[in-house]
Amino acid sequence: MRLDSLPWWLGPTFATTTVIALVGAPALRLISEAGALPWLTLVQDPWLLRVLRFSLAQAALSTVLALAMAIPVATALHHERCFPGRHVLTTLFGLSLVLPSIAAVFGLIAVWGSAGWINQLLDAAGLSLRVPVLYGLFGILLAHVFFNAPLITRVLLQALDDIPHTEWRLAAQLGLPASTRFWQLEWPVIARHLPGLASLVFTLCFTSFAVVLALGGGPRATTLEVAIYQALRFDFDLPLAVALAMVQLSVCLALTLTGGLFGKGNDTGLGLAGDDVQHNHWPQWHPHNGRTSHHRWMDRLLIAGMIALVVPPIVALMVSGFNARLLSVLTDSTTLAALANTVIAALAAASLALILALCLLSGVRHLHVRLRLARTGNVLQMIGNAILILPPVVLGTGLFLLLRNHVNVFALALLLVILVNALMGLPFALRLLSGPVLDGAVARDRLANSIGMPRWTRWRHVDLPLLRRPIAQASAIAATLAAGDLGAIALFGSERMQTLPLLLHTRLGSHRLDEAAATASLLIATCLIIYLIIVRVVGGSTRPTS
Amino acid sequence: MSLQLDQVAVSLGNRRWVFDGQFPTHAIHAVLGASGSGKSTLLNVIGGYTEQTSGHVIWNNNTLDGQAPHKRPVTTLFQSDNLFAHMSVANNIALGLDPRLRLDPEQHAAVEDVLENVGLAGFGRRKPTSLSGGERQRVGLARCLLRARPVLLLDEPFGALDGRTRADMLALTRELIAHHAPCVLMVTHDEDDVTAIGANELRVVDGRLQF
Repeated sequence: MRLDSLPWWLGPTFATTTVIALVGAPALRLISEAGALPWLTLVQDPWLLRVLRFSLAQAALSTVLALAMAIPVATALHHERCFPGRHVLTTLFGLSLVLPSIAAVFGLIAVWGSAGWINQLLDAAGLSLRVPVLYGLFGILLAHVFFNAPLITRVLLQALDDIPHTEWRLAAQLGLPASTRFWQLEWPVIARHLPGLASLVFTLCFTSFAVVLALGGGPRATTLEVAIYQALRFDFDLPLAVALAMVQLSVCLALTLTGGLFGKGNDTGLGLAGDDVQHNHWPQWHPHNGRTSHHRWMDRLLIAGMIALVVPPIVALMVSGFNARLLSVLTDSTTLAALANTVIAALAAASLALILALCLLSGVRHLHVRLRLARTGNVLQMIGNAILILPPVVLGTGLFLLLRNHVNVFALALLLVILVNALMGLPFALRLLSGPVLDGAVARDRLANSIGMPRWTRWRHVDLPLLRRPIAQASAIAATLAAGDLGAIALFGSERMQTLPLLLHTRLGSHRLDEAAATASLLIATCLIIYLIIVRVVGGSTRPTS
Repeated sequence: MSLQLDQVAVSLGNRRWVFDGQFPTHAIHAVLGASGSGKSTLLNVIGGYTEQTSGHVIWNNNTLDGQAPHKRPVTTLFQSDNLFAHMSVANNIALGLDPRLRLDPEQHAAVEDVLENVGLAGFGRRKPTSLSGGERQRVGLARCLLRARPVLLLDEPFGALDGRTRADMLALTRELIAHHAPCVLMVTHDEDDVTAIGANELRVVDGRLQF
C-alpha cells in the first residue's frame, strides 16, 4: 500500500541526480581548473601533440586492421555454416568485450612475447626468425585487433545471416556468380554496419587504457589515457593531467557526436545479444553450397587465420596458470585481499548500475506510456550514457581534483572504483534492459490498470518475470566488466588497496611471469564464476513464462 | 517437348508426396488444391529448391535431378520477393540476361523492350521500394520472359494483389505467354484465375496429382 503512494518520479530523479552528480561535478571541476591553464603554450607543446597524434594514429590503424580482418572472416564464417567448433568460436567472439583486457594482454605476451610460444616454436624449428618486440606500436595494434576483430566479425556475421533467404533463392535461380553475390548481396549489408562499427572500435581503441599501459613502451607509444594516469600518479603534475584530460574529453565528445551522425539507425549490438548465430546447414540449392573448391579453401584459410589469432592467447591464459607458483600465489595474503576487493567491487558496481538503470527506465516507461512523451523519455535514457563521453580515467581525474582537498582519496579507493565502474556498466545495463521494459509496455499497463493491480503485485507478477533474465544478463555483464577493470583502480589503488587486475599489472610490470600467469588465471576464473553465478541465481534456471 | 514427372517422391517432415504426370508445352497448367496441400512443393521440386527422395524430373528426355536451380530450363516467379530491393528495376531485369550485369547495347535494348511489354516503360532507374505490389510482380515477370526458359513456374504470383490489378496481370500474363509459348505451371487457389488465363486444371489431393 505504501509503495503505491510514492510518486513515479522518485526513482528516475534519484538516478538522474546520482549520475549527474557523479559525472557533472567532476567534469565541471575539470573545466574550471582547465580555464586557468596557459592553453596558448600547451597547444604548441610538442610532447602533448605527439601523444595526441599517437593516440589518434594507433586508434585509426587498429580500426582499419580490425575491419580488414573481420570483413573477410565474417563472410567466410557466413559461407561455412557447419564445421566442428563453430559454435564455440562464435561464442568466444562474443566474449571479447567482457574479457578483462589486462588478462588478455597476459595471454598475448605468453604467445607473442620474447619468450612466448611463437618464438619457442621458431627456436625449435631451428629458425633465427623472431616475432617483433611486443612492447610499442606492434603490441598495441595486435592487442586491439585481438579484441576488436572478433567483436566486429560477430556483428557482421549476424548481419550476413540475416539476409533474407528469398534473396539467396533469387541468386540461385539467376545463377549469380560469387563476385556478384558478394558485391550485390553481402557487401551492402556489411557497408551498412561499417560506419557504426568503425566509430565504436575507434572510440574503444582511442580510450583503451590497460593495453597501452601494459604494452606501450616509453614516450613514443603513449596515449592520452595513459599520459593522464602517469601525470597524476607519477609526476604529480596536476595541470598537465587536467590539460590532457580536457583534450581527451574534447576528442571523445567529437567522437560521440560524429558517431551519432554516422551510426544513426544501425544497431552495432555490441556483440552481446545472446547466441543467435545460426549453425544449421544451408539448404541444398543454396549458392553457398555451389562455391568452387578454390573459394571454399580461401574461406577455410581465413577462418583458420582468425582462430590462430584468437584462440592461442586464451589457451595460454588457461594453461600457463598451472605452474609451480600457483599454490603460493593462491594462498598469498595479497592475492586473497585483492580477490576479496575484486568481488566486492564487481558486485557493488553491478548492483548500483542495475538500480540506476531500473530507476531511469521506470521513468522512461512512465514518460512513454502514461505521459506519451517518448522524446523526453529518450533524453532521460541518454543521461545514463554520460560515461561514454567521459572515459573513466578522465572521470577519475575530475573526482581526484574534486576530493583531494577534503579527504584522502586513496583511502576511498574502493568506493571510487565502485562508483566509476557502476557508471561504466550503466550503458550496457540500459541497452539490455530498455527493450524488455518498453516493449509491449502500453498493453501491459492498460491490462494491469483495468484490474487495479497494486504496484508491488504488478512488479512481482508482471514485470519481474519478464525482466528476470535481462536483469541477470545486465548485472552479470556489469559485474564482469567491473571485476576486470584496470582504469579506475590504477588511478586510486595503492599497496594497501589492490584488485586482481592491478595486482596482475604490477606482477607483469616486474616480469614475475609465473606469478602473473597464476594471477591472470585467478582473475579469469573469478570473472567466469561471478558471471555464471549471477546468470544462474538472478536469472533462475528455468525460462519465465511470458 | 514436354516436362515429365516420373514418380517424383518428396518427404517434408512426416508428409509425403508422389508426383506423376506429363505437362506439354504451349499450354498453361493451373495447379489447384487446399492450402498446405503441396502445390508449392510441386513447383519447388521442379525448380530445384526441394530435392526428391526418388523418381525423376525429366525435360525432353533429359533428367534434371541434382541440377542447380539456375542450370535448369526453368524459371520461377515467386509469390513475392522476386527483386533485389537495393537494385534498380533495370538491373533487376538485366540479371536475367547476365548474372554479372555486363550487358551489351543490344541486351540493354532488350531490357527496355521487355519493360515496355509489361507496361513499365521508363521505370528502369527506379528502385523496387518505390513500386506498387503489382508493378513489382510485373518487373519479376519481365525478367522471367527475358530469361526465356522453356518452363515457367508461377507460384501464386498474383495472390497478394487486389482484384483489378490481378485481372490486369492475368490478362498480361496470358498475352505474354501466348507470345513465348513455354510450358507454364501456375499455382493458384482461385478457380476464376483458371478460366481467366485459359488453363488446364489439375489438383493436388492427398499427396498426388489429379488431372
